[in-house]
Amino acid sequence: MSSPGPVVRLAGVDKIFARGDGPVTAALEAIDLEIAAGEFISLIGPSGCGKSTLLRVIGDLTDPSAGDVVVNGKPARRARLDRDYGMVFQAPVLMDWRTVQGNVELPLEVMGWAPARRRERTREMLELVELADFVGHHPYQLSGGMQQRVAIARALAFEPAILLMDEPFGALDEMTRERMNSEVLRIWERTGTTIVFVTHSIPEAVFLSTRVVVMSPRPGRITRIVEVDLPRPRDEPTRESRRYFELITEVREALRAGGGLATELDDPSIASDERTLAEGAVG
Amino acid sequence: MASAMATTLASRPAPRGRARTLRRVALVLAVLAVVVLVWEGAKFLGGVPWRLPWQGPGDPILHRPPFKWAFVNDLNLPHVWDIAYALLQPFERGSEQNLAQGLFDAALYTWREAGIGFLVGALLGLVLATLFVHSRLLERAFVPYVVASQTIPIIALAPMIVFAIGQGVLAVVVVATYLTFFPVTIAMIRGLRSFDPRSMELMRSYAASDWHVYWKLRLPASLPYLFTGLKISATASIVGAIIGEDVGAIQSGLGRVITTFNQYYITGPEKLWAAILFAAMLGGAFFLVVRGVELVVLRGRPRAAEG
Repeated sequence: MSSPGPVVRLAGVDKIFARGDGPVTAALEAIDLEIAAGEFISLIGPSGCGKSTLLRVIGDLTDPSAGDVVVNGKPARRARLDRDYGMVFQAPVLMDWRTVQGNVELPLEVMGWAPARRRERTREMLELVELADFVGHHPYQLSGGMQQRVAIARALAFEPAILLMDEPFGALDEMTRERMNSEVLRIWERTGTTIVFVTHSIPEAVFLSTRVVVMSPRPGRITRIVEVDLPRPRDEPTRESRRYFELITEVREALRAGGGLATELDDPSIASDERTLAEGAVG
Repeated sequence: MASAMATTLASRPAPRGRARTLRRVALVLAVLAVVVLVWEGAKFLGGVPWRLPWQGPGDPILHRPPFKWAFVNDLNLPHVWDIAYALLQPFERGSEQNLAQGLFDAALYTWREAGIGFLVGALLGLVLATLFVHSRLLERAFVPYVVASQTIPIIALAPMIVFAIGQGVLAVVVVATYLTFFPVTIAMIRGLRSFDPRSMELMRSYAASDWHVYWKLRLPASLPYLFTGLKISATASIVGAIIGEDVGAIQSGLGRVITTFNQYYITGPEKLWAAILFAAMLGGAFFLVVRGVELVVLRGRPRAAEG
């Protein structure tokens, strides 16, 4: 990552879903975005605004219909084949036949690491997410928050240049979510990984990010980018600071201006629609 | 706090599991007791006069049933204790083994053939399913024939197999294989597609090879389905081996024993009933072996204890 350019550069990215002879949906339109090394970028917007799709385009899990996606100076496909991405989904997606250790080792096995090195790295990663005592447990023996921490350890194990997180804490309760937010910040500060983070939650986006990318739906566009100048390290006092609330208001107004009414944010029917679109794209 | 919860969830007390197993065994035995009760109850009401197992006409009668129903006479439905007594009698005239020992040896012999057929069939089923899930073309072209293969009565096919291969154990194994591969193929076509699609995205983000996707995702995710297929195949392989022995004129095994006892049914119906009992127990034992392997292989999975 000695390259001076941005880690991610999106130029004129469009994504159109056409389902058979059904309606054509413009999920993304004219997306331009540059992400510098070590940034923490949140993508926020109402359901159906294409933020998950944008994440998947960056990670080469789906192809853009038009435009360029350059990651670490390479096309996204090349970056994926070079294993530049770590992925964390809303669900932990752990393999229930593997222990915690086995799950974290999975990418390292695929990438051909020697067993001793795998074990060593897995131990480090599990210490990082504070699950070192659970190496031999199976996923179903862990709480949702713990499972998600295993998923984060797994994503970081091979030191990817970019961590892509798709609503990773969306399924957790508010208390756990706030704890996980602090934890992810701590990990980010320690590893220096570039993170792209999709979320529905305005406070979460503001608390975590260096910049919040606000998107609007149909077609999915970037309507504003809010710089978050909250001091670091951020912790509980941050959540009570005046600047924090000002930024939350700023993001909320940007969302409203873009046509993404705040009330629409948590509509589950729209959320499932977006997921269907995203899955349809994988084929 | 979270760690305390995880440990509670993790430590499932063993005694509770053992108590559950005991309860299940007790339930099976209770059903057996009811079957015997209904069986002997019918004979008590409508059978032929009751005598001790080693006695014949002319000996004193223990009980004279009030009705006379043909379907519960001693030829159609021998007494349970007559079957038990027959097990202790010589296997054949002049043989040193009693019937139980003879049937046990025959069952072991049949199990060997069935077991080989089962392993070959399971492997064949796995290979076919693997080909089918990787190629829609192969799946569409060949699955109908796989299904059709199972609609041919094995009674019709077995003689042809014996004729083509020649009499011998190999023909028996082939018949057992023929009945075994199908459940595994069908179950595994499903199983190899049962992975979480998001896991596939994960593997994609690791730039995993097709081999890694198969070995580390598709196959492990399919194992519960594999064992469902294997449990059906285990019993089917026994049926295949028995039919194969019969048609192939093998001189050992349950197939041969059943054929022989069938011919002498009039003089000793208990013997055929005893042979059937052993065939059923063999199938049950094979099923339990597969189930045991399943429990070991699937341990640690959330729903391993079911099924």
